[in-house]
Amino acid sequence: MNVHQEIAAVKSPPPLSPEVASESRRPRPAPGQEAPAIQPKLTVEHLNAWYGQNHALHDVNLVVPPRSVTAAIGPSGCGKSTFLRCLNRMHELIPGARAEGTLRIDGKDLLGRDVDPVTLRRRVGMVFQRPNPFPTMSIRDNVAAGLKLNRVPGDHAEIVERTLRQAALWDEVKDRLGASALSLSGGQQQRLCIARALAVQPEVLLMDEPASALDPIATAKIEDLIHELKERYTIVIVTHNMQQAGRVSDQTAFFYMGDLVEVGPTEKIFTNPSEKRTEDYVTGKFG
Amino acid sequence: MPPTSDTGAARATPAPARFANLGDRAWGWGISILGGTILVVAGLVLLELGRVARPAWEGMNVLRFLTSTDWDPVQEKFGALPFVYGTLVTSAVAILVALPVSVGLALFLSEMGPRRLRPPVAYAIEVLAAIPSVIYGLWGLFVLVPWLRGTLEPFLQGTLGFLPIFRGPMIGHGYLAGGLILALMILPTIASVTIEVLKTVPAALREGALALGATRWEAIRMAVLPYARPGILGATLLGLGRALGETMAVTMVIGNSPAISASLFAPGYTLPAVIANEFAEATGDVHIGALASLGLVLFGITLLLNAAARILISAVSRGTRGARA
Ligand SMILES: Nc1ncnc2c1ncn2[C@@H]1O[C@H](COP(=O)(O)OP(=O)(O)O)[C@@H](O)[C@H]1O
Ligand SMILES: [Mg+2]
Repeated sequence: MNVHQEIAAVKSPPPLSPEVASESRRPRPAPGQEAPAIQPKLTVEHLNAWYGQNHALHDVNLVVPPRSVTAAIGPSGCGKSTFLRCLNRMHELIPGARAEGTLRIDGKDLLGRDVDPVTLRRRVGMVFQRPNPFPTMSIRDNVAAGLKLNRVPGDHAEIVERTLRQAALWDEVKDRLGASALSLSGGQQQRLCIARALAVQPEVLLMDEPASALDPIATAKIEDLIHELKERYTIVIVTHNMQQAGRVSDQTAFFYMGDLVEVGPTEKIFTNPSEKRTEDYVTGKFG
Repeated sequence: MPPTSDTGAARATPAPARFANLGDRAWGWGISILGGTILVVAGLVLLELGRVARPAWEGMNVLRFLTSTDWDPVQEKFGALPFVYGTLVTSAVAILVALPVSVGLALFLSEMGPRRLRPPVAYAIEVLAAIPSVIYGLWGLFVLVPWLRGTLEPFLQGTLGFLPIFRGPMIGHGYLAGGLILALMILPTIASVTIEVLKTVPAALREGALALGATRWEAIRMAVLPYARPGILGATLLGLGRALGETMAVTMVIGNSPAISASLFAPGYTLPAVIANEFAEATGDVHIGALASLGLVLFGITLLLNAAARILISAVSRGTRGARA
């Protein structure tokens, strides 16, 4: 895989955008994170999350720049998925789960009571650990599912093709769009799920260990895809595979037992972390 | 990977493997014998029914028996059609009413309802399932029939009276009463099986829909119900089985009149009801034989509907196979 060698070169901060946010609206950067030059896509301040009595996230502060890839790493059970789910309020579907703090998308509050989670989820899409295409639907209908929900008129053929191309799946399925989604391999199903999420044109794409159920070749395809998607989308990816985090992300957040221990440019986290716990984890001393 | 690991492991533990094999085989034989016994018993029941029915078949035309609408044991006229008709119509009414209500209840209990309201509703469904059918019959006689006569039937005739099924005199006793009692009786079956079916829907599917920006209801329509459809069909089939065979409650409210009417308000009769009512007083072998033949007809209907439902389920479940793994 030649692509992965190029990644280091790409791993510079995203280009400066002309619409620089006004100084006053710019949120306080999290410790260890450089001040963002442009308005962040997502801002997380003092985020706490609970499952009943279990305090799963403690005071998380983090800023996600637009058109970048943020990786969340850490040992199993440290709160990565919980963090991700808060970002599109999927945590609300779990009985007893709640979140407090400030979450902002483009500077606008996202946890407030007046924010409709349904509308939010159309802006912040999600891809899950195991591919979960709708089994009773064809490949085409899976991609168009979100369009139907949004009552996008027309026959969707053009959007289906465009998103399948974006998800690097078009060439493999263009002759059998009517076939069941289950006729695809696991890796293809996961790319179908990515296409399904992209079809509604979200601004942010959350991915919870999207390659952990896949073989190495399918994993490499997903990683390549993430690189291409970064041009247009803001991506937050959970992975417990540190090499993967190193390959795909611009910044990395290390979670440990519900704490966000450290967040910073991926290169720094892996070569020169400020925290002992981060160093121990990335050098494989525990986890 | 060491190339010999497979054979090595197999050679290292030959004895336990053989024992396990023996146990498996004993188990397999036991199960086969049990399964075979059930088949034999079913066969014996059929044979016995046939033996009892035989006297009625002398000089009788099967087609005439099935299509004639006359039922007059005194004159030895035996036509099965009114009973077949009554059985099918009451069962159809029962399914049409019970299916949407049951699925709605199941969705309420497992997907949408306020959590605090779920236990009492679930308990009420269990209680419904435990009530003996004669109690349903009494309730039907004293509550349902008067209500149909005084309220529901006049209302239906007033609003939908242009349909033949809602015309004619409103007696209360009739197909509608039988069908509604059956609906109430099969509702717990369909609802509780549907709840179990909904539990098997992978949470990932529901989340997939919700993450696309579906509302709860849209997620149910998009992801949950399509996946659960074969199971819900199976639940319906179970309910239908009970509706076809139910005797006591139906015979108490249907009017027990061997006639065929287009109107749901008219009195009718069902196969199980006529068998139960006339068997004790049946005089000749021919009458008993005719009643046993009705039993065979009921058996046949059940088998046919089962087969049809099975074909339907396998056609519908084609889409979800594999996703269940
Ligand atoms: N649905 C849930 N109900 C209750 N507790 C949960 C649930 N999901 C996660 N948790 C708890 O929250 C903590 C963080 O879990 P999670 O965010 O899934 O970790 P990760 O994704 O990093 O493995 C764990 O202690 C876990 O037990
Ligand atoms: Mg997780």
